[in-house]
Amino acid sequence: MSDTDKSRRKFIGTSAAAVAGLSIAPGVSLLQTAQARPADQAASSKNRWGLLIDSNKCSSGCDKCVTACFTANWVKEAHGPTDSQWIRKVDLKSLSNGKSHSLPVMCQHCENPPCVDVCPTGASFKRADGIVLVDRHICIGCRYCMMACPYKARSFVHHPLTDQNPEVPRGQGTVEACTLCDYRIDRGELPACVDACNQEGNGAMLFGDLNDPSSEIAKRVATENTTQIRADLQLNPGVRYEGV
Amino acid sequence: MKSLVYREIPGRSAGFYALLGGLGLFILAGLTAAYMMDKYGHIITGMNDQVVWGLPHVFAVFLIVAASGALNVASVGTVFSKTIYQPLGRLSALLAMALLAGGLTVLMLDLGRPDRVIIAMTHYNFRSVFAWNVFLYSGFFAFTAIYLWTMMERRMGAYKKSAGVVAFVWRLILTTGTGSIFGFLVARELYDSALLAPMFIAFSFSYGLAIFVLVLMAAYGWTGRPLGDLILQRLRKLLGVLVAASLYFVIVYHLTNTYFAAHRGVEAFILLHGGIYTALFWVGQVFVGSLLPLAIIFHPRLSKSRSMIAFASILVIAGGLAQMYVTIIGGQAYHLVLFPGYQEASSFFDGVNHHYTPSVAEFFLGLGGVAITCAITVVGMKVLRFLPESLDDQAVDPHAAAKS
Repeated sequence: MSDTDKSRRKFIGTSAAAVAGLSIAPGVSLLQTAQARPADQAASSKNRWGLLIDSNKCSSGCDKCVTACFTANWVKEAHGPTDSQWIRKVDLKSLSNGKSHSLPVMCQHCENPPCVDVCPTGASFKRADGIVLVDRHICIGCRYCMMACPYKARSFVHHPLTDQNPEVPRGQGTVEACTLCDYRIDRGELPACVDACNQEGNGAMLFGDLNDPSSEIAKRVATENTTQIRADLQLNPGVRYEGV
Repeated sequence: MKSLVYREIPGRSAGFYALLGGLGLFILAGLTAAYMMDKYGHIITGMNDQVVWGLPHVFAVFLIVAASGALNVASVGTVFSKTIYQPLGRLSALLAMALLAGGLTVLMLDLGRPDRVIIAMTHYNFRSVFAWNVFLYSGFFAFTAIYLWTMMERRMGAYKKSAGVVAFVWRLILTTGTGSIFGFLVARELYDSALLAPMFIAFSFSYGLAIFVLVLMAAYGWTGRPLGDLILQRLRKLLGVLVAASLYFVIVYHLTNTYFAAHRGVEAFILLHGGIYTALFWVGQVFVGSLLPLAIIFHPRLSKSRSMIAFASILVIAGGLAQMYVTIIGGQAYHLVLFPGYQEASSFFDGVNHHYTPSVAEFFLGLGGVAITCAITVVGMKVLRFLPESLDDQAVDPHAAAKS
């Protein structure tokens, strides 16, 4: 083998290692922040998963988070009055100074969720780690949770469904909402909306553990001026906002 | 007082079977609507993700509220010992159970998954006022049935008073529960009021009595049994008091809401610029459902007319349906305010008031519930002895009859 060959092989080897390292690195860093949960281990109340949304970094025309959510969860409806929207972009204009904001609104994963309180069968429930979900097996489709939700975060499936993501079961005649991509979180991944926002380079959505004082989200919630939607109701939502 | 003789209605005439046949058709239409909603989904209704409870709920809640009110005629007789009302007790209890059955059928068939209704009885969330209502409904059937038994079975007569008191207390709790279904919804500005519970109780008194008066007049008129002015005039006056009480609650409720700055938006929507809801409130609930019947009921000449008493009862029912429409649908049509101080806009209809147009399927489902109520009442009167043979003045109160 000539020196040139050796040098070429070394170069290829180093490059491959670098590429491999770069590809794995984000995953490794994610594992550090979100930490995959073994399938046989229940969600823990040690965690409180939440989002911090910075409206200063969220532009009015961008709806990548919405598209990513719909794609990941196979929500294929349009935007009609009977179509499910697990996440939506809300445009705000201040009535006092005319300043505009844009931000995504989804299930706020309240600590004291009214939807869970009113659900007659217990189909609406809160996971130990704070994620509010609907058990599609025992939801009878009474829609009382939709009446109770202050955030208009829930949708009702008005028509028969075909072609579903096996990880995200949906069903005609039942209620559904943002799951915070629980199946992705359990794998140690970011919710699809946050992932898309990061990939777009906006960084307007920060996901993390509100219970972990060393997490970035907990630090920012502790030190920065964040708000809750309808804070007057004292539901302590897991989704916080900044800049509005 | 001579002892009353209760007798089944003959139920052999062509008119009787025509009535049952007609009711059967409406029940069939209601079931067909429910089947279509189950098969194609709620997409065939006018309901959507903003107005999630529609016309079926208007009918269902109206019937359920009226159910507990219909029992009051019996309660006045038994619990408050007003003997003149006692002959009406059996019909009152039958009508109460029939109304509840009709209302619950509509409520159940409007579920997204009516096939899972059994889950509502196997999985309970005891924090849910809806789950409490499941107990309240079944308890109402049970206690009213026992009460009816004590009224119809001579050997059980000794327990009538106790059974009547329990049923009366239970019906108050039941309507408190129905009102609280809305009253506990803190996020929606038209609800979020403890006043809804007593207001619904007042509504139930007047709606239930109005229905009772109509059923009584129809049953006695169509079977040719005598119905005296004495009892009818007592019921008329009672209806007047109850309609006035309902109106009082409506006034206090809206005044209180108007006082809260945060609720002024929804009040302006309902009272001033809510389109159909404003019209239904002022024309339907206030004028047709309250002021006009009150004028008739307390008018010196009109109040003597039986047809005018029946007309006033129909007006109270029409006003009641308008009230339910305004309360249930108007309360949802007004947008939720997520960010006070901001103008909101989104693809999910944030910041705008929501549209709702009921579909034919919803209308027939609701009417199907009414037909079930009527059918149970009619069949009940044919198979069991619910109605006294005579309710003329002499039969209901010989002393008063002698004086007049």
